Amino acid sequence: MSTPAATVPDLLDYDEVLERFDPVLGLEVHVELNTLTKMFCGCPTEFGAPPNSQVCPICLGMPGSLPVVNGKAVESAIRIGLALGCDIAEWCRFARKNYFYPDMPKNFQISQYDEPIAISGEVELEVEGQTFKIGIERAHMEEDTGKSTHVGVTGRIHGAEYSIVDYNRAGIPLIEIVTKPIEGTGALAPQVARAYVAHLRDLMRALDVSDVRMEQGSLRCDANVSLRPLGETAYGLRTETKNVNSLRSVERAVRYEMCRQGALLAAGGKVMQETRHWHEDTGITTPGRSKEQAEDYRYFPEPDLVPVAPSRKWVEELGTTLPEPPAQHRKRLFEAWGFTEMEFRDVIGAGALLLVEATVAAGATPAAARKWWLGELARRAKETEVELDALSITPAQVAEIQALVDAGKINDKLAREVFDGVLAGEGSPEEVVAARGLAVVSDDSALGAAVDRAIEANPDVAEKIRGGKVAAAGALIGAVMKEMRGQADAGRVRELILERLGAE
Amino acid sequence: MPAISRDEVAHLARLARIDLSDDELNHLAPQLDVILQSVAQVSEVAAQDIPPTSHPLPLTNVFRQDEIRPCLSAEEALAGAPIVDGAQAVEDERFRVPRILGEEA
Repeated sequence: MSTPAATVPDLLDYDEVLERFDPVLGLEVHVELNTLTKMFCGCPTEFGAPPNSQVCPICLGMPGSLPVVNGKAVESAIRIGLALGCDIAEWCRFARKNYFYPDMPKNFQISQYDEPIAISGEVELEVEGQTFKIGIERAHMEEDTGKSTHVGVTGRIHGAEYSIVDYNRAGIPLIEIVTKPIEGTGALAPQVARAYVAHLRDLMRALDVSDVRMEQGSLRCDANVSLRPLGETAYGLRTETKNVNSLRSVERAVRYEMCRQGALLAAGGKVMQETRHWHEDTGITTPGRSKEQAEDYRYFPEPDLVPVAPSRKWVEELGTTLPEPPAQHRKRLFEAWGFTEMEFRDVIGAGALLLVEATVAAGATPAAARKWWLGELARRAKETEVELDALSITPAQVAEIQALVDAGKINDKLAREVFDGVLAGEGSPEEVVAARGLAVVSDDSALGAAVDRAIEANPDVAEKIRGGKVAAAGALIGAVMKEMRGQADAGRVRELILERLGAE
Repeated sequence: MPAISRDEVAHLARLARIDLSDDELNHLAPQLDVILQSVAQVSEVAAQDIPPTSHPLPLTNVFRQDEIRPCLSAEEALAGAPIVDGAQAVEDERFRVPRILGEEA
């Protein structure tokens, strides 16, 4: 459908790839900052505004307009750099990246070239019990581009007749974070890539510098992958896969490229150094432009913007605003929640750490928060193929549902229906309970009639209970629950049954 | 050995989307070479410890507050779209541009 009719490449079995080759990764992550205004002008940055309603002469690149740097964006860039363990440049400039592509109306993008604001950092990841140190090459400031929609036969750019462009996104502050080559991951390469992006997402969220919503494009990853024969130290030719817009895709795209390149190399062929596009629907990558043609951007220092020279005092002050480092944060939560190591690892693996934390902060117990996020909600996220945090329910709402359960207003079964309602946008949990009539019935007059009917319909069971077999009450409770479509207060029903049959 | 060859000038012209004829290239390439050689003389005078000037004013850290300013309306913005075949190249409140090969945005 969206995949061009080009030949589908051969793939080498993943285990065979690893028997013969060693993968090397390089990850470029773009983070859209959550500043109120754009990088170089005062236009708002709200997501989802009507097309071309958040633009001005500066971000449209009109002649005579003059950009001015958003100080808040520089502050965020420095905090991100510090949180990644980077050195902050004492002096750096912006640069013009010249290219003719209609996503930038001024025919260049303001970026940073050989003087990034942050250099040489490191982050530590834990993947399946192993620790990986990921070197950070640099983090630099730039502006986002406009959003093109391709109109044509396929709806995608390949074979597109023309494109239509919305410049609301053009000029939104971006931080590009580039890793050093990541070696020594072997079979875990896809998981390490995913864990790295997840780590950045959590870090950006903790710093409160970005919405980091991959499905909205405020966190985007380009994955460079190359293979070299085992034992070889020189890097192989690499591909850069773009359009990787979910954590799951990061893992799949890396794995796919390893298998595709493995098949090429195993057959004695060569990997083309090129940009490739990831297709979420079909799970494959297809070639884009070749690198040789693309990288002639004629960078030069941006003459309209003066250099950025953060004082050491400012940098030091910003250093005191950093959140708890992720590893320490995890350790603290692990100790506070009392989960087993396995349970805790599952929470992290599911990307639910911050969600569970927020749910606990909103009043739920850790066990209850974990139960809903890793059970009911994980199942729904999987069904709809979205990340947990993309579900349209907030931790506070989950805590509210649990509070309704704890208060006896609903039971777990009804809670699932409340989740349905909240996820479907029917309102708050309380509103869903009211609108769908989901409250548990504990009113004796309503329950009593149903209990009487159940006893009448099951004389044998009733006799057993009269004779002291209290455990048999389950069958009668079941009958009452069935009649009341699960909305009876099971505890009260049991009491009423035992009361009527004189068994306690 | 010229500072810039005719091929390099042709390449730059292509990158800058400037359509130069062979005659124009023959005429302009040597001129550009002279300009570059003249500028190179300045580099000879400048000592190692003098960095190239990118900004004539000794200013740094000119920042703006993160405050929303009025922007153009979509109507005003789209009024700048080029006229193609007698009509403004606008569709669905967006700028319509020729098809692009090579990259998905």
